[in-house]
Amino acid sequence: MGKRIMAVDDSKTMRDMVSFTLKGAGYDVLVADDGVNALSALVGEDVDLIITDVNMPNMNGIELVQKLRSDPRFRATPILILTTESDDSLKQQGRAAGATGWIVKPFVPEKLLKVVNKVCA
Amino acid sequence: MLPAAHDDPFAQFKVTFFEECSELLADMEQHLADLESGSYENETLHAIFRAVHSIKAGAGAFSFSRLVTFSHKFEYLLDELRTGKLTADDGLVETLFRSFDILSDLVGFAQNGEAPDEDYGQGALDQISGYLNGETVTAAAASADEPEANIPEASIPVESAEAASEAAGQSPDADKNGLKHFRIEFTPREAMYRHANEPLLIIRELKDLGKTETTIDTSRLPALHIMEPEDAYFSWVFDLWTEYGRDEVDEVFEFVIDDCDLTIVTLDDNNNVVEVDVSPGLDSGEDSGFGFFVSDDKLSAGEVSDAPPAEAVAEKTASGLVVEPDVKKASVSATPEGAVQKPAAPAAAGPGAAPKASSIRVDVDRVDRLVNMVGELVITQSMLAQEVENSTIPPTDRVFTGMDELSTHIRDLQEDVMSIRMQPVKSVFSRMPRIVRDVSKKLGKKVKLITEGESTEVDKTVIEELADPLTHMIRNSLDHGLETPAERLEAGKTEEGSIRLSAEHRGGRIVIEIADDGRGINREKVLHLAREKGVVSEDATLSNNEIDNLIFAPGFSTADEVTDLSGRGVGMDVVRRNIQTLGGRVSVHSQPGAGTRFQLTLPLTLAVLDGMIVSVAGEKFVVPISSILETVRPPEDDVERMVDGSCVVRIRGEYIPVVPTARVFNFAGGEQDPSKGLVILAETEGGRVVGLLVDELSGQQQVVIKSLETNYKAVQGIASATILGNGSVCLILDVDALAKMPALIPAGTMNSNIHKNMAAQVAAE
Repeated sequence: MGKRIMAVDDSKTMRDMVSFTLKGAGYDVLVADDGVNALSALVGEDVDLIITDVNMPNMNGIELVQKLRSDPRFRATPILILTTESDDSLKQQGRAAGATGWIVKPFVPEKLLKVVNKVCA
Repeated sequence: MLPAAHDDPFAQFKVTFFEECSELLADMEQHLADLESGSYENETLHAIFRAVHSIKAGAGAFSFSRLVTFSHKFEYLLDELRTGKLTADDGLVETLFRSFDILSDLVGFAQNGEAPDEDYGQGALDQISGYLNGETVTAAAASADEPEANIPEASIPVESAEAASEAAGQSPDADKNGLKHFRIEFTPREAMYRHANEPLLIIRELKDLGKTETTIDTSRLPALHIMEPEDAYFSWVFDLWTEYGRDEVDEVFEFVIDDCDLTIVTLDDNNNVVEVDVSPGLDSGEDSGFGFFVSDDKLSAGEVSDAPPAEAVAEKTASGLVVEPDVKKASVSATPEGAVQKPAAPAAAGPGAAPKASSIRVDVDRVDRLVNMVGELVITQSMLAQEVENSTIPPTDRVFTGMDELSTHIRDLQEDVMSIRMQPVKSVFSRMPRIVRDVSKKLGKKVKLITEGESTEVDKTVIEELADPLTHMIRNSLDHGLETPAERLEAGKTEEGSIRLSAEHRGGRIVIEIADDGRGINREKVLHLAREKGVVSEDATLSNNEIDNLIFAPGFSTADEVTDLSGRGVGMDVVRRNIQTLGGRVSVHSQPGAGTRFQLTLPLTLAVLDGMIVSVAGEKFVVPISSILETVRPPEDDVERMVDGSCVVRIRGEYIPVVPTARVFNFAGGEQDPSKGLVILAETEGGRVVGLLVDELSGQQQVVIKSLETNYKAVQGIASATILGNGSVCLILDVDALAKMPALIPAGTMNSNIHKNMAAQVAAE
């Protein structure tokens, strides 16, 4: 069984693109459309990597990272935030919250895979 | 779907993207309306921002550069707004609306593969710039000002940086193997582990670049009992011989660069240092579109070392340009390189994916096919049931229980399948605030729109067809119904008029009402005009309600001067026709001085209905059960015959006009006497009750509606057709139309046993 990745994004297009790319590379992908749903989906599910958007309703990516980091189960799970170039301050917040790295939207498949392989080979 | 992925691996997601865009735009419109009405929360602003943000992100993925550029700037404005740097005053809201329009158009252009004019949306962009410049004179406005123009500029430093490091790496490094030799000293800090970065992966990645010799320094490792498991104690020195350049080496450390001490030196074959670089910054490397976190304390230092201070301001913009060049690179390179990853994709993207997804998007065509198939299944099932019923199979046979179960299941299946197509009317309702806003502004009227029952669900087809008639009726209310503020004050009303748009389910149908508190219909004027135009004859006596409903007569318009709003060459007659095509009804109720109320009733679905099968003169018809109140066989005493030969029956003290169905259709035979046949009391859309005289009832059945109009032609009194279980075609009666159709009265059936006043009473109905 390949590694499992959770992709969190409120945009269906983005979720589809991320999961299409990752599945194509043999990853097992879970998706959620906001932080709250991601957390509930992660109850009883272990993943090797979490990729999350920042701007989301209900619970944004930063809060999600904070929540995950405070959960012993996800303390050592790499978390990448998906962000656009204009979100510099968000990147900082992401870092402060404990994210592992970021990926700039839009991304191309190779790039995404490269980054993903980097943190969960 | 898959072949489209040839050029662009993400092409197949365009459909999703545009669907998402239309949803986002619809939500946005609603939010903007809230914003304008002042009834908004912070979340409203965030939601608008997120919508534009999502559109931008998707647009970037598909290289819709105009859309990216515009949404980028729009987003910037919204960001200023949501962070409280700007306030949503009237002017700004106007700009937001305008930008919204442009954004919608650009989405449309992108979807149709059209290219808008060069200066398209420039006005809105200028307005946005105005706001940004006015409020924030600093870097923010500057960076948002010319996103497009910046693209080439940005790519230059990136390329030159690459070239520079390439040159630096190559020229002095022509060692005998042609490999470059890097010495990398790598000391992780505790933060690196806290961010869940794994040194092992980094080491592995380095090894992938070439030959490595690794030395690990464990000298800082304390005794076990004082060791903090999450602290960082190791450091490494790697000697790497690689054909790759400095950029690739830097990239390995991209995520951890600021969570470690890193020194990379380039050595020549005599191990002399050619180039030293301590913790290279992100931007010196290839513009990667991803990265590691720069810690706050190191932020300024990192930037200063890598970019001239002057460029620090432009940094935001520069990194923004990742969007364009990156995507272009992708579409070029994706074919050869992307192909490596692609083959596995289709297989893996199959079912079983996304176990937590709460919804899926399906082609409407597929749903329609499903609906159709289930319809056929219903017909087949009822045919089968009939066959079994007529067979010699003993009623105790298991076939009967099986048939019962089958029928239950099919019914459930059908309901579920139908519900797939159901959507809340919100998608149409949400467009109305905008219309009210625009129109009322043009007319100089103050109007508040109240919507109710937005979550009421109705078939998707009905929703789609609803937008135009609703728009028109709302316009009509704004234009003709509501008064100007001055007129309202004079009439003792509040300055602000209101329009209430509501939806609810009633008796298997959806009822939509548009009620205003305006001046009501001017009956005198309507009647006068109707006579003038020959819509009604000069001597006709009409009830108030009948006069009101004259506005639906073809070609009728009461506007003294044709405004550019209602007078679009489309009258209320078109509205009525549209609604009728959907199997719906529209009626109007007006109270002079107090307001006008349009009521629209529509079937929830256009596909099936519960029908009562009746016989009339040997023919079978279906009466929609939703309109049936009860069925009676009135005693002779309760039947009253009118002068003109028509009948009324007295039901619990009320007189109900009887529609002699056979005679209406000019059938020979058929029961003429209500006391001998059956009278189905059915409610019309206007709430009137009529009695349909039929010979007998032959059962209840769900029928699949087949349009008579598309298969044959419209017939008055018939709504549509269906196919019964036995395969025969059966017509579905249109109760409303029947109630209005004159019966063909055979001469000599007059009955003198009548009361003049009763006749008057019935006629008045």
